[in-house]
This record gives sequence, structure tokens and C-alpha cells, in this order.
Amino acid sequence: MGSAPAEGTPTVGLRDVSKAFGQVIALRSGSLALYPGSIHALVGENGAGKSTLVKIMAGLYQRDSGTFEMEGQPVDFKTTAEAKAAGIAVIYQEPTLFPDLSVTENVFMGRQPVGRFRRIDRKAMRAEVRGLMERLGVRIDGDRPAEGLSIADQQIIEIAKAISLDAKVMIMDEPTAALSGVEVERLFAVARSLRDEGRALMFISHRFDEVFALCDTITVMRDGAYISTDAVAATDVPQIVRRMVGRDVNDLFPKQEAKIGDPLLVVEGLNMPGVFHDISLNVRSGEIVGLAGLVGAGRSEVARAIFGVDPYEAGSVTIGGTAVPARDPSAAMGLGLALVPEDRRKQGLVIDATVSQNITAAIRDSLSKLGLITTGAENDAARVWASRLEVKTRALDAVAGTLSGGNQQKVVLAKWLATTPKVLIIDEPTRGIDVGTKAEVHRMMSELAGQGLGILMISSELPEVLGMADRVYVMREGRITAELDRDEANSESVMFAATHATEAAA
Amino acid sequence: MTSTEMLTPVEEGTSFSSRVGAIARARETGIVLAIAIVIIVTTIKNPTFLFSLDGWRDLLLTPSILVVLAIGEAIVIITRNVDLSVGSVLGLSAYLTGTLFIKFQGIPILAVFLISIVFGALLGLINGALVAFARVPALVITLGTLYAYRGIDVAWAGASLINASDLPPDFLALGTKTILTIPVLTIIALIVLIIGAWYMKNTRGGREFYAIGSDPAAAELYGLAVTKRVLSAFVVSGAAAGLAGVLYAARYGTVNSQAGLGFELDAVAAAVIGGVAIFGGSGTLWGAAFGAVLLLTINRALPVLGVPDFWQRAVVGVLIIGAIVLDRILALRQSRKLIEARDTAPAVVEMPVGAAEERGEGEEGDRG
Repeated sequence: MGSAPAEGTPTVGLRDVSKAFGQVIALRSGSLALYPGSIHALVGENGAGKSTLVKIMAGLYQRDSGTFEMEGQPVDFKTTAEAKAAGIAVIYQEPTLFPDLSVTENVFMGRQPVGRFRRIDRKAMRAEVRGLMERLGVRIDGDRPAEGLSIADQQIIEIAKAISLDAKVMIMDEPTAALSGVEVERLFAVARSLRDEGRALMFISHRFDEVFALCDTITVMRDGAYISTDAVAATDVPQIVRRMVGRDVNDLFPKQEAKIGDPLLVVEGLNMPGVFHDISLNVRSGEIVGLAGLVGAGRSEVARAIFGVDPYEAGSVTIGGTAVPARDPSAAMGLGLALVPEDRRKQGLVIDATVSQNITAAIRDSLSKLGLITTGAENDAARVWASRLEVKTRALDAVAGTLSGGNQQKVVLAKWLATTPKVLIIDEPTRGIDVGTKAEVHRMMSELAGQGLGILMISSELPEVLGMADRVYVMREGRITAELDRDEANSESVMFAATHATEAAA
Repeated sequence: MTSTEMLTPVEEGTSFSSRVGAIARARETGIVLAIAIVIIVTTIKNPTFLFSLDGWRDLLLTPSILVVLAIGEAIVIITRNVDLSVGSVLGLSAYLTGTLFIKFQGIPILAVFLISIVFGALLGLINGALVAFARVPALVITLGTLYAYRGIDVAWAGASLINASDLPPDFLALGTKTILTIPVLTIIALIVLIIGAWYMKNTRGGREFYAIGSDPAAAELYGLAVTKRVLSAFVVSGAAAGLAGVLYAARYGTVNSQAGLGFELDAVAAAVIGGVAIFGGSGTLWGAAFGAVLLLTINRALPVLGVPDFWQRAVVGVLIIGAIVLDRILALRQSRKLIEARDTAPAVVEMPVGAAEERGEGEEGDRG
């Protein structure tokens, strides 16, 4: 595979960097070299380890092994402040601003210009923000609070912050994901001018047209490891995609054919201003429907609204023809809807409770006699589901938090299957689960569909969506931008819908 | 999409943000208005409430000690913490003040002030260290030190009492003396308030308190010294309570082991009534100080107005709940407005225009 085109000492150089969180290996062997006056693209699927690598550069995580150098000198950032002081600015995928403070304060927090008596010079701050906003070609009132700004606006503020920091290295983690065409063009103009000033830029993106238009060098990562670095001119999209995916998608996920029946879950015109707009979708019995899109596209919010956890202003949800009332999860459960949430440690599982308590959590009412639940009844009910899903645990009274990620996910699944649902909404079913268990979770979902369940699967992992789903809805910025049948769905068509505004949505 | 099409919504956006500023200003204006109404109504009923030397003096003197406590408390709450130990710190500091005058005859009054403030700061440091390093919620830590400090006070003071006769007359005079009809205690509280409010508004450290309270995770990402700031907020709160202890001794002359009992709740209430958000990130020290004045002025006004004892506490409760509900309504209204503004107003225009007019120094974007 090709070698890096640039020569001399890189501004930032990482070699064989690894990082693990407990048993989950986020990064096995990351390598990267960013040169001054260059825009470098880092591409890879979700979970390839890009964000972990970025967070190591940002000083947010400390690497477990490998070398990390800036301008030839080894560095070891313990905090984000150290990385920032060394000249590394990171614009995260989901910007983190202080909602109560003004835009201007957000740009300058921690390094405000000060005058006499160390008094903050607000006039200078305002003037600089005005200049920055002009340079970026946007009009955001510097005096308004950051609360309520769109992700696009928040990113602009992050970029303004990095420019005003005069950073040597600017890392942008999918900055264009939420921007419109005009905004992207403007951002690129800024990025090029920053490059021409001799800064090193890195750009993470799923949009290949942008990568090829903007960047001069491209590094591919897969499964937490470095794959290749090439000059953009010396490669093309099919080659990069092959390296990113690196395997035959259909082999990994054993999807069984299931008989697809009548619509079970029908959602029509669901609307919540600022969160999602005009969401219409349906799930038929025996069908696995994928809900794809980038992080922050509003998929989980839609799921929560369907289940009744979050409110919506307009639209309807029906299961088998019966209307599901808004904001009433227990009614939704009663009608046969189950939601396996994304963050199982926070929302799906009581970490400190036992496995059997967790499995029976959603069917407590039917287990209780005169309002009391015996451990025996609990264990009997739990045993059935634990064995059916092959939960690997020492004992049913083991504390759920001690289980591995995959087994925790099975416990959450068991909890919801115990309610004998008709429709299962499952949010990121395999996030943070090792590859072996992943296939098992997929097999299970496939079996459930075979038994006539309708499954709505939210997933950011493209191979999972393409491998499992009979039909795929794609969301972008709170709207459904495509509905694709299994034979229409491929990485390009899904990614295109996830990243490009359709004419109607623009 | 032409620039002219987009100008209109952006124009609305600007006028909207000035409206946000107006609401923010109204928050403090509202409390001052409430104080004025209470004073006017009570004075109509009994003119001596305001129009007598004693009435005027009490009006200013009574809230002074609570104002000092509320300033420290507000800083802690702004960082999304709470300090429930301030009443106990005040008690210990007041007793220390008396003891110093008894043990070291002729000790300079200024030295006593300094020792008690430093002592309060040390007690605050213990709170802050437990919160910032042990990462235990401040509510639990300071609830613990509330009892622990009071326990030390009881063990130390026992049944003994510091009497006005134990204290030097010059010191006692501080508690009642006035300069141009303004009590010295009030002047001290005002100085602390002006310095504190200036610091919170105009320095990096002050703004970082707001940032940390607004989003602690973002503050870590920004590389702000979160631990150090949280620690210093508690030290300041402790020092303020230490100062309040000296003022307490000067004002009342009598100090037993129960001095300052329950003051922590008044301090939290004052901050909340004054518009300091209990989840941090917004509010001002001026608001907290006005909250303290309103709280204690109402307490004094209710008997004059003939409200039975019985109801006085309930009125204070209504005031606190009312303040929180008001804040919630304002916050909801604002976030809805902000989202609407975002949905209607595109962020990008063809030509950058110097839209935001230079505004006066007094109306920057910090709310509250």
C-alpha cells in the first residue's frame, strides 16, 4: 500500500497507538502523520477507532502503548489543556458548549483577553468574534446564549474557537455531517486558507466527494487498526471503500429468511420541532427494519417518542391497528411494544441488581402475588429467558454489572422478550460488544423475526444494517431521507442518504 | 436563497436576543420591585417601618449578615454544587471571635476579622477537598460537615456563653454604628458584594465558575481547571461564612453554640429567590443579595402587617417555590424561543453584515 506523500517532520505523528476500556479494545494499532500545509482525511466505519485516536490526540484519553510525537518531540498529554496549549484543536462531532453562556464567552472560555486588574476585555472579545464570524461567513449573534443553537451553528463556534486559538493542528471530527451545501463550501474555503497558512488539518468524514475535493492525503482505519495512507490523487473511492469494509458483509451476519406479514407498527407524520420532522415508517411482522443514519440524526429520539418516553407534537403511532397513546410507555408495553435502549448501562439495566431481577423487571406486575414477589418466582421466570438467550452468568443472582457487555445486552433483551412483545425496537444492538457475541445477537434477532416479531433496529454500523435489515430507512438531521429495500441498500446508497439533504428536506 | 430573503429572520434573531437580555435584567428588577412593594405596603400600614431612624437602620442592618452568606452560597451553587455547612461555619467562627477577644486581651479587631475569615476558609477547604477530590456530591458532604462542624462547636463551647461584656466596646460598636445613616455592617456586606460581583462578571475565574456549572463535562473538555475552581468556590463560601460569624458576634454580642443554626437554608433560599439556578450556570451575586434582603424584609414585615406567626414560614416557602417555578417558566419559554429562532432563521447569509451593533458595557450576553 502507498506511503505518505509528504516529507519532513510531521506536526503530529502517532505510531502503533492502542487503547482499551476494560475488555473492549477501542484502538488496537493506530498510526497517523499530519504534516503542515496539508489536509489529511481519516476514514473508516463507525467503530474503526477514529474517534478514539482523536481523543488521544486531544489529551482526553491516554494511550496504553505506542508513540506520540509533535514536531519530532515525544509528547504525553495528560489533559485537554496540555494538548490545547501544544496547539491541537479538536472540533468534535457533537460540540460541547456551555448552554448558559453567550457565544462569545464560549469562544474565549479559559483564555479571555484581559486588561487592567485582569478584567476581561469584552469589547476585544466581541470584536474578534465578529471578525471570526465574518471570516467564516456566518451570522451568529455573539451575545446570544449557546442554548438552542443547531449542531451546525455549534460547530461553527467550535471552528471559530480553534481559529482564534491559532492552533497548529486542527482536527475536525465529521464537521460537515450537519451542514448544508453552502455551509460546507464556506467551511472548505476556510480550511484551505488555514492549510495555506501552514497548519496541519485533519478531517474525518463519511462523504467521499468531500474527502476527495478537500484533502490531499487519506488514511484508512478498520477495526481499531491502521490500514493504509495514500495521496488522494493516487487512489479512488472503490479502493478506499474496499479497505474500509475489508470483508464480505453478508458472511458476518446470518440473516434467515422470514415470512413477512402485515404491518404491525405504523408511525405516521410524527413531528417534534427541533428534534425530528414528519417521520412516517412501518414495520411488518417477521421483518427487520433498519433505521440508519449518522450519530445525532435523531434516530434514538424517534424511538423514544414512539415508545412514549419523549413527547411529540403531531402524528400517530399504531400497533396492529390500535393507537398507542403519546407519552405513556406502560400503555405502549401493554400493546406489545418493547424498546431496548442504546445505553444499556444507563437506561436498560440496573447494574447493581441481580440478573434475575433485571430479566423480570418489566413483568414484575404479573409475577407478584398480593403485591409481593418471591425470589423463587423471579428465578423461575428468569431461568427460562436466560437459557433461551444463552446468557453466560455464574448464577441468576449474580450482579448484572459483573457480566460482559454482550451478556449484559442479552439480559436487557431477555427483559423485554419476557414481556412477549409484538414489536421490538432495538437501539444499537451490538455497540461495544465483541465480534463473536455480535454474531450471536444477530442470530437471535433473526430468529425472533422468524417467529413473527417485527423489529426496528437502529444502528450506526453499516455492515450490520446491510446484513440484517429487510428494509432500511435512513435519517438525516431529524428527517427520513430514504427508504431502501434490501436489494437497493448498499453502503453508497445508505451513506448518500445519511449525508446529503434531499431536495424536499433542504 | 438570496441575502435579502434571509435578512428578515436574522433581524428577528437580533431583536430576540435583546429580548432575552431584557428578561435577564427583569429577573433582578423583579426582586427589587418585590422588595419595594413589601416596604411600601408595610410602611403605609406602619410609617415607622421606613420613616424612623431605627426603621431605616433595621431595614439595612438585618439582611447584612445573610447577604454575606448568600454571596458565598451563590458562588458555590453557580458551580452546580451546594454548601449546607455555612450556618455551622458561621457558628464556629462567631464563637472563635469571642474566644479570641477573651483569650488575647487587646487583640486588634482587624486581626480577629482576618483570623476568623481564614478559619472559615479552612473549613470551606475541607468541604471543597471532599467534594472535588473524593467526587462525592456536595449535598452529602456538606450535610455531613453541617453536623460535624456544629458538633465541634457544641463540644468546644459547651454550655458556656460569650456575653457582650466579654467583647471590646469598639468591636460591639461596629454592630450598631452607622456612617451617614448606613450601618457599618451593611457597608462591609456591600463591599464584599461589589468585589464578588465584579469578580464573577469580569474575570476569567468568575466566568469559569459559570462555565463549570453550565456543563461540567464541557468544562473538562475545554481543559478548565475544574477541580481547582470547585475547591476555591467552597473556600470562598467558607471565608464568607467566617466573615459572617464575626459580623454576627459584633451585631448580637451574645454567642452560644447554637449561633447560626439553620442559616444555611436561608442562604440557599436567598440565592434561589434571587435567580441563581439551583443547577448552576446562571444567576448573579446581586440577585442572591437582593434575595436575602427580600427574605428577611418579608420576615420583618409580616408581623407588622398582622400576619399570624403561624403563616410567616409558609409565606417564605411560597416565595421559594414561586421563585423556582418562575425560573422554570422563564427557562422553558426561552429554550422554546431559541429553538423557534433556530428553525426559522438560517445561520448563513451571503454577505456578512455588521449586524450586531456595539452595545453598552452593561448588557453583555451573560444572562441573569
